[in-house]
Amino acid sequence: MSDTLHIQHGVASHGHSGEPHVHHHKETFISKYIFSMDHKMIAKQFLVTGIIWAIIGGLFSVLFRLQLGFPDQSFPILETFFGRWAEGGKIKPEFYYALTTMHGTVLIFFVLTAGLSGTFANLLIPLQVGARDMASPFMNMLSYWMFFAASIVMLSSLFTQTGPAAGGWTVYPPLSALGLASQGSKSGMDLWIIAMTLFVASQLLGGLNYISTILNMRTKGMSMTRLPLTIWALLFTAILGVLSFPVLLSGLVLLMFDRHLGTSFYLSDIFVAGQALPNEGGSAILYQHLFWFLGHPEVYIIIMPTMGLASEILAINSRKPIFGYMAMIASLMAICVLAFLVWAHHMFVTGMNPFLGSVFVLLTLLIAIPSAIKVFNWITTIWRGNIRFTPGMLFAIGFVSIFISGGLTGIFLGNSTIDIHLHDTMFVIAHFHIVMGVSAFFGMFAGIYHWFPKMFGRYMNNTLGYIHFWVTIVCAYLIFWPMHYQGFAGMPRRYLDKSSWVSFGQFHSLDAMITVVTIIVFAVQLMFVFNYFYSMYKGRRVRTQNPWDATTLEWTTPIHPGHGNWDGEIPEVHRWAYDYGKDGRDFIPQTEPVGENESSH
Amino acid sequence: MNTSIVSEQQHRKLHPHKFALWVAIASILMMFAGLTSAFIVKSNQAGWRTFVLPGIFWVSTVLILASSLTMLMAIKAFKSRGMRQYRGLLGITFLLGAAFVICQVIGFNQLWNSNVQFKGASGAGQFFYAIAGLHAVHVIGGVIALLVIFLKSIAGKTKSYDAVPVEVMGMYWHFVDLLWLYLMIFFIILG
Repeated sequence: MSDTLHIQHGVASHGHSGEPHVHHHKETFISKYIFSMDHKMIAKQFLVTGIIWAIIGGLFSVLFRLQLGFPDQSFPILETFFGRWAEGGKIKPEFYYALTTMHGTVLIFFVLTAGLSGTFANLLIPLQVGARDMASPFMNMLSYWMFFAASIVMLSSLFTQTGPAAGGWTVYPPLSALGLASQGSKSGMDLWIIAMTLFVASQLLGGLNYISTILNMRTKGMSMTRLPLTIWALLFTAILGVLSFPVLLSGLVLLMFDRHLGTSFYLSDIFVAGQALPNEGGSAILYQHLFWFLGHPEVYIIIMPTMGLASEILAINSRKPIFGYMAMIASLMAICVLAFLVWAHHMFVTGMNPFLGSVFVLLTLLIAIPSAIKVFNWITTIWRGNIRFTPGMLFAIGFVSIFISGGLTGIFLGNSTIDIHLHDTMFVIAHFHIVMGVSAFFGMFAGIYHWFPKMFGRYMNNTLGYIHFWVTIVCAYLIFWPMHYQGFAGMPRRYLDKSSWVSFGQFHSLDAMITVVTIIVFAVQLMFVFNYFYSMYKGRRVRTQNPWDATTLEWTTPIHPGHGNWDGEIPEVHRWAYDYGKDGRDFIPQTEPVGENESSH
Repeated sequence: MNTSIVSEQQHRKLHPHKFALWVAIASILMMFAGLTSAFIVKSNQAGWRTFVLPGIFWVSTVLILASSLTMLMAIKAFKSRGMRQYRGLLGITFLLGAAFVICQVIGFNQLWNSNVQFKGASGAGQFFYAIAGLHAVHVIGGVIALLVIFLKSIAGKTKSYDAVPVEVMGMYWHFVDLLWLYLMIFFIILG
């Protein structure tokens, strides 16, 4: 392979002059770094924006954990920073609800949807299917800038007089529909809806591109069953997004009508401050249906890309082919279909007909089957593997561990009979934070450590990576494991102060411990951010084209690929993506023709 | 980059832009499916109020059907290099589309004046404003796109015989047409 190696200086495009077919235009600072149409740059833009949002969203959780862990204490520094929101150093109820709402919104949508899919779909799809760029680079750029606009609107809502939206990340009416009802339902709520509308537009533009690139722009020989699993996962993620986000949009449109035009889609027979409102005949449950029709697929939009990333990283670093490739695709497909059929398990206690509920219980528990198939295949992939414990690999293994822990509690909550008791308790918080929050973050970290060399031509610091991994996995369990016990004891989620209940008194010190651990783990994430930006400029340089000895196409590009990815022809693909340890060879790249005596996979 | 977007072997496949539009159509359909199923759920509840569709919506239905026909003919003319004919038909399509939007607005006003309004009790009328309004927004998007490619065909410095942009435009236009037919039938039966 060394004859095709190109080492370019810096990231600029000079040095390409001998190959005019790659670059038709001269890149300026603006076209290269800001309004870039290069999928790799757009991926980095999504990632950096996602990192900034993750710091903000994580900081919010530290703030409300201070209140939960030390409800009697006052922290004068909070007043210094937040003024009247934390008078006397104590977090006000309105502030607390705004913090939890924005923590959820920011991390679910802005970090784990846009930051995750936006980064890896943009980076990996063209590189791994063998395309010069997305189907529509312009729409791809528009997708990022829509997301950026959504970010600006959401960020600005934090600075309004009445504060940001504060009705929970699900913004259920009637609370969210009536500005009279609470501080957080005033202008902050409008900005939330506008930001989410822009966000949905961004996701749709992105998703359209991902799907049509994967299905239409694969290089010669790259049949669907030769695709790496990352691409399959990103394909199903995009399909879910494209079909479910518009339904959220329709729900939000009706919410806007109710808020500002006096309609009664969601409102009926309501008294605010002793005054009867004229609204009649609306149904708040209708909103829940529309919301959860997106809301449930949304959790798979978050977790599926990381399933793909983990599959790839586990196979590469075990030096073994992925176990059950077709089963992996089939289970992704099953998850994708079932994702649309289970939304009402979020609504077991809304007065739903129990017979209808039992259908949703069945469908919900069915998801355990494809999930278990995936877990089994990941474990069998690393079984007796020649494991390289890179930071990326550690995070991928951690992802599997945490996904199992969180998935098991899903079986509890999926049963409507148990859910009646556990609904709206800390058990739910523990479940979804582990299974989609922490595990998705682990998958994302795995992806960042693993593909950092492709993004920047440098490695991240390994030692900091190991510290990052071990502290994060220990802290994640320390934070969320005890919450299961709190939930079993009936401790409600979202409450500002539980000290008036004698029965929850036993959890005081536990809550304080969780808060301390939260602060530690937040600090370690800042260390990761430092590692990221430091390594971008000062990290160890990548010297070989294929640093992980991987088979996929992204490692056949130059170390610093220009816009267009390959200097010459796009390589042709002759085999699947997982020929590791085959016929006595450590790995065989996808570009190598199948030999005469070789058994084709 | 434009030349390398579509490589040799991809010529046999569906053009990526057309494919992307199909996916976008699926996406828009999901939004209207969400809204119309919300309508069905709500219409079974107590206190539901129905309304009578003003006659002008039949006029707008005829207009948008006619515009689909002229769009079809425009594409045919484009493919047989009848550029003058193409420009004329495109202009007519644009005018019909604009007339459709105007008819919708007049219809909304008539409905409003017949006391189907936002305030107070919920009902089919409120859904109609929201759903038909969103449809009109999609038509306006199409009308603007029509205007852009019309102006390009008149004032463009380079002559393009690439049929893909025109075909993509046509696909979208037929889609909003069929979507309106669906909504019209939906509201006649259930409204």
